[in-house]
Amino acid sequence: MFSKVKSLFRVTAVRLSIIYTLIFGIIAVGIVFYMTGATVNVLREQYQASIDQEIDGLARVYNRGGVNSLVRTLDRRSRAPGANLYVVTTPQGQIIAGNVPRIKDRIMQKEGWTKRAFPYERYDDQSDREHRAIARVVEIPNGMRILVGRDIGEYEDVREIVGKGFKLAIGSMLALGLLTWFFVGRRALKRIDIVSKSSQRIMDGDKTERLPIIGVNDEFDRLSGSLNKMLDQINHLDDGVKQMSDNIAHDLKTPITRLRNKAEEAYALQSEPEVQQEKIADIIDDCEGIVKTFDALLMISRVETGSTVAKMEILDPSDLVGDVYELYEAVVEDAGKTITLNIKITEKAIINANRELLSQAISNLIDNAIKYGGEVITLSATSHERSLLIQVADNGTGIREEDRAKAVQRFVRLDQSRSKAGNGLGLSLVKAIAEMHKGKLELKDNKPGLLVEFTIPLKSV
Amino acid sequence: MKFLIVEDDEDAAKFLVKAFGEAGHNPIHVGDGESGLHLALTEQFDVFILDRMLPKLDGLSLLKQARAKAVNTPALILSALGAVDDRVEGLRSGGDDYLTKPYAFSELLARVEVLAKRTNNEENEAILTVGPLELNRLSREVVRDDEKILLQPREFRLLAYLMQNAGTVVTRTMLLEKVWDYHFDPQTNVIDVHISRLRGKIDKDFDEPMLMTIRGAGYKLQAPEVR
Repeated sequence: MFSKVKSLFRVTAVRLSIIYTLIFGIIAVGIVFYMTGATVNVLREQYQASIDQEIDGLARVYNRGGVNSLVRTLDRRSRAPGANLYVVTTPQGQIIAGNVPRIKDRIMQKEGWTKRAFPYERYDDQSDREHRAIARVVEIPNGMRILVGRDIGEYEDVREIVGKGFKLAIGSMLALGLLTWFFVGRRALKRIDIVSKSSQRIMDGDKTERLPIIGVNDEFDRLSGSLNKMLDQINHLDDGVKQMSDNIAHDLKTPITRLRNKAEEAYALQSEPEVQQEKIADIIDDCEGIVKTFDALLMISRVETGSTVAKMEILDPSDLVGDVYELYEAVVEDAGKTITLNIKITEKAIINANRELLSQAISNLIDNAIKYGGEVITLSATSHERSLLIQVADNGTGIREEDRAKAVQRFVRLDQSRSKAGNGLGLSLVKAIAEMHKGKLELKDNKPGLLVEFTIPLKSV
Repeated sequence: MKFLIVEDDEDAAKFLVKAFGEAGHNPIHVGDGESGLHLALTEQFDVFILDRMLPKLDGLSLLKQARAKAVNTPALILSALGAVDDRVEGLRSGGDDYLTKPYAFSELLARVEVLAKRTNNEENEAILTVGPLELNRLSREVVRDDEKILLQPREFRLLAYLMQNAGTVVTRTMLLEKVWDYHFDPQTNVIDVHISRLRGKIDKDFDEPMLMTIRGAGYKLQAPEVR
């Protein structure tokens, strides 16, 4: 039970409620104190005014008729029902008239208003109830002292009633608050428990498990919804990684098996050293191919995670595209194809890019066009208002629409025969490079042939 | 030539020492950065071959300290880190060339030999001559046996680099790096095509070829053999 209460306090909603209630309570107490204080003050002032008036009256009586007249008047007034408090003492402090059997010397000794209410006894009341009063003491010229006071029972009552009401209100508020917190908090705890249990199952390997959504669209539902979407995304990526490792295993198994066969053949060729040398040179080439595949894979993941923190520099896109074109022009011609360069870039168009990576991307695209595309290749670079569009087009057979998304995946080679050298990583790298530059890669229909569009944002001047 | 190899991987170092020895060089190997720095400061070498990650003192710091003591021996940095900007950092620390593991030994050998032969004025010489071939950087003219040869700007730079390193093997990667300033590996052998074009211009109409293909390594430009 205790631990449950403790955990309840860990619920944010409960904690917040408690803080709010505390603040509310403090303010309420303040207001109540102020109100009762004010009410009591008004009453007290009224009492004091009436006492002042009475003392003025008594002073006049004394001035006209002397001590005897004063004592008589006081005596009369003392006996009236609901009378004020009256005490007359000799200069020595003996009570000679009034309606109070005893009074403390210290009250009579000090002229003026009593500092605070004082307890007193009455002749007419035999109950145990304590009477309290405020009073003013004056000394008349012959040294006698007169006390005129008033019972403050009335405003004490006011205070008492307010106090009781207040305690009741605070008490019920606290009780209700605690009750509400208990239920709200428990509900919250329950939801959280369900979520924790689901997450535990997910962690234990149940990939189909999802966090529950009750359908009330509260913050718990919304949170579960986003977490579920995240889980879907993670699953998707996870599947991708699995698929990729399958592909890697498959794509590396083939060349390594071939390598092994070649090594065996070379081993058997001891009698023909020259053929053996050739075979071994061949094996070295194959090894390099495998290393290149790994390099390409590493490169892609570096670019994707941005861990290269590649050096970005301000570049002139015309130079960049022109240099790659120049590198490939002769190669395309040697392959019996033609390549045309179209540059439509305004003078002030510049890009913030990594020259190496961008050149490699364009080089990969041209390379693909040479290997798989038609006879006529076009490399274009066009500057738009905010972006640079690099297109590599050919007039070959193109890629079917349904295969285009697949073509950029790692190790996917649409050329089933795999007659051309390649590792199926070229377009994946281009895509990663585009994304690293906050751009995009799109494969389109060139009617006929393939049109690859590589877009990256221009640097705004 | 005498090389200082600072490499902590014993197997790799053994292989390098053996291979450089077979190639006719004199490699000295140490396994940590401090001993490497000590040797670099006290003995004469033609080239330093430095691994980046080393015990006691890493390769880049070793090089920086050596450079600070005015040791200007050309240095090649070997590294498993292959990202573009690792290379920039390596070259900034005073390295002259950078090679990423794993590498082919032929590539390392070619690069080290080029580094060893390099002298500072060669790069700035206006006129380069290899046998009957002459290249003038100022007039941008190339002449072989008094016959003028017309080259494209890139072919001119390619030939200049080959002539600078005449008699030494240069690899395709080196050409791509030094002539085109690209450090990636194009899937097609673009360099072969450019070399064959250049060969068509400087060798085709002459009896003796000068631009050789070295199998499994790269290319070498040299004066025709005197018969």
